[in-house]
Amino acid sequence: MSAAAPIRALRRPSGGVAGLWLALVALAAVAAPLLTPYAYDVQALREAYQAPSAAHWLGTDEFGRDLLTRLIYGARTSLSVSATAIAISVACGMVLGAAAAWFGGWFDRAVTVVVDLTWSFPEILIALILVAIIGPGTTGTMIAISVAYLAQFTRLTRAQIMTLKGETFIEAARSLGAGNAHILLRHLLPNALAPVLVSAMLATGDAIILEATLGFFGLGAQPPTPSWGGMMSAGSALVFKAPWIIIFPGLTVAITVIAINLYGDALIAALDIRAKLRRAA
Amino acid sequence: MSTLLQLESVGVSIGTVALLEGISLSVERGQILGLVGESGSGKSLTALAAMGLLPLIGGRITTGQVRFDGQDMAAMTEAQRRALRGRRIGFVTQNPMTALDPVQRIGAQVDIVSRLHLGLSWQAARARTLDLLTQMRIPEPAAVAEAYPHQLSGGMKQRIVIAMALAGDPDLIIADEPTTALDVTVQAQIIQILGQIVRERGAALLLITHDMGVVAQICDRVAVLYAGRLAEEGPVGPIFAAPAHPYTRALIGCIPQEGMAKGSLRGIPGAVPSALAMPSGCRFNPRCPHASAICCETAPSFAPFGAGGVACHHAGVAS
Repeated sequence: MSAAAPIRALRRPSGGVAGLWLALVALAAVAAPLLTPYAYDVQALREAYQAPSAAHWLGTDEFGRDLLTRLIYGARTSLSVSATAIAISVACGMVLGAAAAWFGGWFDRAVTVVVDLTWSFPEILIALILVAIIGPGTTGTMIAISVAYLAQFTRLTRAQIMTLKGETFIEAARSLGAGNAHILLRHLLPNALAPVLVSAMLATGDAIILEATLGFFGLGAQPPTPSWGGMMSAGSALVFKAPWIIIFPGLTVAITVIAINLYGDALIAALDIRAKLRRAA
Repeated sequence: MSTLLQLESVGVSIGTVALLEGISLSVERGQILGLVGESGSGKSLTALAAMGLLPLIGGRITTGQVRFDGQDMAAMTEAQRRALRGRRIGFVTQNPMTALDPVQRIGAQVDIVSRLHLGLSWQAARARTLDLLTQMRIPEPAAVAEAYPHQLSGGMKQRIVIAMALAGDPDLIIADEPTTALDVTVQAQIIQILGQIVRERGAALLLITHDMGVVAQICDRVAVLYAGRLAEEGPVGPIFAAPAHPYTRALIGCIPQEGMAKGSLRGIPGAVPSALAMPSGCRFNPRCPHASAICCETAPSFAPFGAGGVACHHAGVAS
């Protein structure tokens, strides 16, 4: 059932269009050097501030670098940082949440208090504080984002495991001699996985915005490495002189995040887990 | 015959509430013992006690001993008890609808039991699984093994759950109301298959049920529980012919029979008392037609009666 759900999500109209865009962006990020004749970091000051044309489809920036090229390379930074951060967050959150639900007692109470505390702060605030401590750059951004979303996955996994713990099939497994590790790894976590993965998908969209925001403040990937947020930051000073420098990265972020949300919604519908997610939130 | 499972005046409490008192039962190899009683009489608790799983629900054994194949369960380590479960004691849960993991294929769920307990390889375990499914008279076992639980009917699922309990080749099977959630027609089938398989293997079965009809159908002996105490125990034939305890008699009176006049099917008036407000004396006295002064004062002790035993001041009266 779970294996076919991502495909079933694509069959819905919104899911299909969104999936297509995401595939396009991911492909561009992977195949970046093959797609463009320009380098993302070579300056050509004589070609600065060019409007979109046949040679430069999306125009050039203040250093004469091709904007489309920088957008494509920027996808590498933005997507890999967001996706890796969320992956780390999901892995740690599942371990923490499962452990809290499983062991209960003081450990559960401690985890719940910390999670509830973190939950009450906006992610951006947590991320900003962490980047300030770790220092700007892709690694710092990645760690900051993963910690910012940790509470969400811990909480969701904990709620899932708590509900599953009382199920008859867990009692049945135990009465047939299954040990703790077996029950946790073979029964509880696989059953908790679908809602966690979907919420991870949706969180990746938020993480892209968070990464762009940190980039916009100059805390993300450092020049000349392009990132969508960094490009928008550079373009913000030139809104009236060369509006395309800020418009195209902004559009890319917006469309990508919308696409992730649409695909995530289609996935929720395909998996039929809306009720599970609502219960946990 | 050797005794496989023996409970010796076992008492069970959860917190400070005593839920079972002085339960003595024994299941011999090759025998089917029916454990009967209304909801809340302590049947499932007895099963958990027999498997050493009371801690799961926060319960503990306060008095007496549970012995499996001569060994005191309380003296074993948890690892030793775990090794028994599934391997030597198979358990069939109450509700087949939720007794299977929804995200795993049927085959994998049955395979794992024999892989874990008999050390079989994947291939050997799957062969054994298909064999078990065939024994459970499941059509197209290979296709069912590839299915997910939600694709099967309740009756099918219960057969799978029984197959899982059998997969470790256990000596004793404990089935906790294996058919309550199923259609009447399917119930009889499943009970029949279960009884037959148990007998073919020379295993023992502790069948927990609230249906005296099922007991009459396949059991050798029957133990009747009432409000956490044993009311009567003995071979099925004599007990059905001449129940000594008024409660047993009332339960037998609840079986619908052919040719019964309309409206003559009797229930038992009243309900099982709560564990927090047990009547003094014999716990059945508020519902008993033969209750006398002594029944409200002293609890009757469990004493031999005929080929079994009974706990009643007026044992055998009016039978």
